[in-house]
Amino acid sequence: MPTEAIAWTDVTSSPVYLDAATAAPLHPVARQALLAALDDGWADPDRLYSQARRARQLLDAAREATAETLGVRPDELSFTPSGTSAAHTAVLGGLRGRRRVGRVLVHSTIEHSAVLYAAEQHVAGGGTAVEVPVDRLGRLDLDAWSTAVAGDQVASAALIAASHEVGTVQPVEEAAAACADAGVPLYVDAAQMVGRVPVPDGWSVLTASARKWGGPPGVGLLVVRKGTRWESPWPTDERESGRTPGTLNLPAVVAAAASLRAVAADAAAQAARLSPLVDRIRARVAAQVPDVEVVGDPEHRLPHLVTFSCLYVDGEALLHALDRRGFAVSSGSSCTSATLRPSHVLEAMGVLSHGNVRVSLHSGSTEADVERFLAELPEIVAELRQQAGVVGL
Amino acid sequence: MTVREPDGDVPETPAGPSGQRPDEVLDCLGQRCPLPVIALARRLPELPVGAVVRVLADDPAAAVDIPAWCRMRGQEFLGAHPGPAYHVRRAH
Ligand SMILES: Cc1ncc(COP(=O)(O)O)c(C=O)c1O
Repeated sequence: MPTEAIAWTDVTSSPVYLDAATAAPLHPVARQALLAALDDGWADPDRLYSQARRARQLLDAAREATAETLGVRPDELSFTPSGTSAAHTAVLGGLRGRRRVGRVLVHSTIEHSAVLYAAEQHVAGGGTAVEVPVDRLGRLDLDAWSTAVAGDQVASAALIAASHEVGTVQPVEEAAAACADAGVPLYVDAAQMVGRVPVPDGWSVLTASARKWGGPPGVGLLVVRKGTRWESPWPTDERESGRTPGTLNLPAVVAAAASLRAVAADAAAQAARLSPLVDRIRARVAAQVPDVEVVGDPEHRLPHLVTFSCLYVDGEALLHALDRRGFAVSSGSSCTSATLRPSHVLEAMGVLSHGNVRVSLHSGSTEADVERFLAELPEIVAELRQQAGVVGL
Repeated sequence: MTVREPDGDVPETPAGPSGQRPDEVLDCLGQRCPLPVIALARRLPELPVGAVVRVLADDPAAAVDIPAWCRMRGQEFLGAHPGPAYHVRRAH
């Protein structure tokens, strides 16, 4: 008995976290800054006493550091309560700022749900949304995009810089050029890029999320470039240049800023280390798991993220089986989502949506983690297929 | 899953977008993906080349996964229509 228990523990003792695209593990710099700011940054930065002045210093420093990393002016940057709220604010504010021009929002079919739900609200309120398709690799149809943004009464356009589900990097600069020709401001959701790869130019509004780069959950970034016709969609509140209401979680903001600076300095090295691991996963999964579809653009992609779908396998069963072996991954399969719908991204690409797994790496991911995943995955999938009686179909 | 045979009571089944009447109906209503795809993968190879199967499936994932399966297996996806139903022709 004891021997067995030890053997079992050996196999599963070190959990492998492969879901950085949802939330990267808290960066040590974020943790340190968070703890320090809990002591030092709890006061309201808008008050006139010494504790408040200290909080104000911390907030100003966080804003300056983050703006510098992004290459924008500090007064163009607001901190929000999440990447989701930043995306809502970006979309609705862009529409509000140009409501006299028209009520048409152009966006890709593979935006994050935050953008799609904001678009849905706009449509429910009488506005129009024009969806631009992607190809099987998840790449934007640039011709359709250019035509759409040049249409009548287009108030704004939204494009995810790189897909959070399949990793495909979008032609942001080309899409931005089409927007510039049409005089339409472009909002870019850069949540999966900031802190990992350089963000392309040409946008007017940008958002990101701190938990994607190893900052704490509950901090988003909203950048509105000077001169952009943009108006906050929320009730009036003077904080954060009036762009996003409410008291900030200042310790979390400080931690987000400190960790962004740290990860940005290391980003190129991490991308160079993780991208070949992703290539390895793409090649080995395709070669060693029968009837699997590795999706997304194999070249123009994020360095840390790869997605594949296993034919005849139930996505939820696969996640549970991987979890039992110590692997934390996420999935775009319908049975794993709250809405019981397949991922709209996989749907838009026309690729298999069941048995779907997204693996996303972070600075703590090692070659050994990836090797262990690759060594165990074929057997896990084979077992599930055996149980379902679908071998040989 | 229930399988209705072509000589049974399927003549009221409307022709697919291709105009070809299905030879068989797979009723996968109420089944979660990947079950409708599995049912199709089991049955199609048992039918003659050229035969058309109508898969009734209301899991929204079927709309994505049945065409994707056809592409992966080199079978012919004829189209989707109200039902929700998906018509597939055995191509080889
Ligand atoms: C591309 C993208 N946009 C927006 C978000 C939302 O960010 P948050 O989780 O901070 O609300 C996420 C993450 O869920 C994302 O991946």
